[in-house]
Amino acid sequence: MAQEQTPAGAVPEQSAAAAPAQPIFVLPPKRTLAQNVLFFVTRKPLGTFGAAVAATLVLMAVFAPVIANYNPYSVISQCTSEQNNRCKWASPGARSENPEGIMLFGADHLARDVFSRLIYGARISLYVGIVASLVGCTIGMMVGVISVHFGGATDLTVQRFIDALISFPTLILAIAIMAALGASLLNVIIALSIVYIPSTARIMRSQFMAIKEMDYILASQAIGAGNWRIMIKHMIPNCFALYLVIFTFHLGGAIIAEASLSFLGVGTPIDVPSWGGMLSQASSANVTVAPSLAIFPGLAIAVVVFSWNVLGDAIRDVMDPKLRGST
Amino acid sequence: MKTYIVKRCFLFVPTLIIVTVLVFAILRVVPGDPAVLILGGEEGEDDYSEQQLADLRAKLGTDKPIYEQYIRWVGRMLRGDFGTSYFYEGDQVIDDIKHRLPVTIELGLMSLIMASIVAIPLGVLSAIKQDTVGDYVTRVITIAGIALPNFWVGVMTIFFLVLFFGWAPPLDYKNVWDDPWNNFQQLVFPAIALGTSNMAFIARITRSAMLEVLHEDYIRTARSKGLREGTVISRHALRNALLPVVTLTGYEFGRLISGTVIIEVIFLLPGMGRLLITAITSRDFPVIQAIVVMIAVVVLLLNLVLDLTYAWLNPRIRYS
Repeated sequence: MAQEQTPAGAVPEQSAAAAPAQPIFVLPPKRTLAQNVLFFVTRKPLGTFGAAVAATLVLMAVFAPVIANYNPYSVISQCTSEQNNRCKWASPGARSENPEGIMLFGADHLARDVFSRLIYGARISLYVGIVASLVGCTIGMMVGVISVHFGGATDLTVQRFIDALISFPTLILAIAIMAALGASLLNVIIALSIVYIPSTARIMRSQFMAIKEMDYILASQAIGAGNWRIMIKHMIPNCFALYLVIFTFHLGGAIIAEASLSFLGVGTPIDVPSWGGMLSQASSANVTVAPSLAIFPGLAIAVVVFSWNVLGDAIRDVMDPKLRGST
Repeated sequence: MKTYIVKRCFLFVPTLIIVTVLVFAILRVVPGDPAVLILGGEEGEDDYSEQQLADLRAKLGTDKPIYEQYIRWVGRMLRGDFGTSYFYEGDQVIDDIKHRLPVTIELGLMSLIMASIVAIPLGVLSAIKQDTVGDYVTRVITIAGIALPNFWVGVMTIFFLVLFFGWAPPLDYKNVWDDPWNNFQQLVFPAIALGTSNMAFIARITRSAMLEVLHEDYIRTARSKGLREGTVISRHALRNALLPVVTLTGYEFGRLISGTVIIEVIFLLPGMGRLLITAITSRDFPVIQAIVVMIAVVVLLLNLVLDLTYAWLNPRIRYS
């Protein structure tokens, strides 16, 4: 926000310097942060809802050790409220002799507390989602700007690589990369980052193509600005709105992709409390034994993805109405 | 049009080559020698001689330099030979795929047809009744349909089927030609689970395409010459709106394929996706390579055909 204040502050100075000449056009005062937020809230109620849910989830992930009453990895031995005192497949609301008390969503096939695993799962999901889409989108954007700025043979070559990468369905490419790297959290992030490069580069490229033709690019070339200065100072900042939109959409996509990989057993290692992994252990054969095991992680994924998508939609509409329908 | 076709096809070849190089390279990043992996078995025992290792390397062709391996691999693929599986001795990968592919295709087509049957009327209704309760309900359903991961929809489908009908995923898959009714019963629920996200996607783009078309002058003309509203919608609006819907759905083919992998695993269907996952857990690289290359090439070809069709139907594309 501080960055945006500077040009607004510069305006009065300019008009003061040119005092003798009547200012033809006076900029309206810059909106404050509070006004901007209010504008967003009143204009985009659904987006605000999405932002609220997304923020809650981020807080939940950050404060997971405070919220979760059990250790997500530890096996609970004695259940007071269950038959045979067994905690395996314990039903929601079961109690154990442990000081931690109630098991809000029951326990899984290894008698671990589902609620605590779910809370810690938010960490895994958001961590993978944010890092993978941040890295993927940033590299994609760099590829896009380089491709457009240098044009010609560079553009043609880069675009063929993008064509090739884009022809792999997202999940198939991620699976293939995971097959090569092996199952681990870091490898999931690497695989998903690679997966989101080509689509980002492709969308950003079309935007950069339009920007390249702008007069201010010509002007900066005329004053002798170098390649990097033009790309980083002039081209990239003007695509920030689109970048943000793509980022939020890929974030939702990355969360689903991570869950899918873990569900298929090629993502995070099996003991890590990932929502997809939890679902896979609950799936098919076991779903009738303890349906809550399958319902809660699935709902968690759906709520997160839904909130980020809705937020992304709203950001897109507010920041740049021209972008409607671009992703 | 001719120059467009030539240009588009000309660009297709390098892309195809890059695709094969990428697949080849991704699976060569793996540390470790496939020959050691096969001889060592699951426990990683070391009771094999140097001679055995050298023989197996010669047999697999991994003793040759990497570029030679690549050229041999591509050359064989062009002749329809996708190599043999590492672990099922003498099992031709192409035979595996021949058995598995029809299942995947049938599942994909079935879900696409069912999704379109529901989604297109839904999208049209949502557009002509814009900003009514029905429109909002449709929009919420479509956003939810996109946000719900399809593996969760799959697991939930099984859960409700078991709960209310005592249904269980069949262990023995029946071919459509041998036992069509049985085959339909086996595929209908997986197809529904797979189709939810497609349904949501198609309904969304049908709605926006219809909204765009409904503001066109020729719709006003059609109305003002006294055509019934139903005729205006079906003959004039929907026909024009369907063009982007059909092409965009075509471009979504990749996502459909990603979905079949998951749905086949959940519903225990013997398709390509399940073959891919089994191959990955056993690190059976010839199988993985064959499937991934095949999918990528099909997507590339489909995109080429769609681009050309679209350019043929919509001349504005050709000149951009």
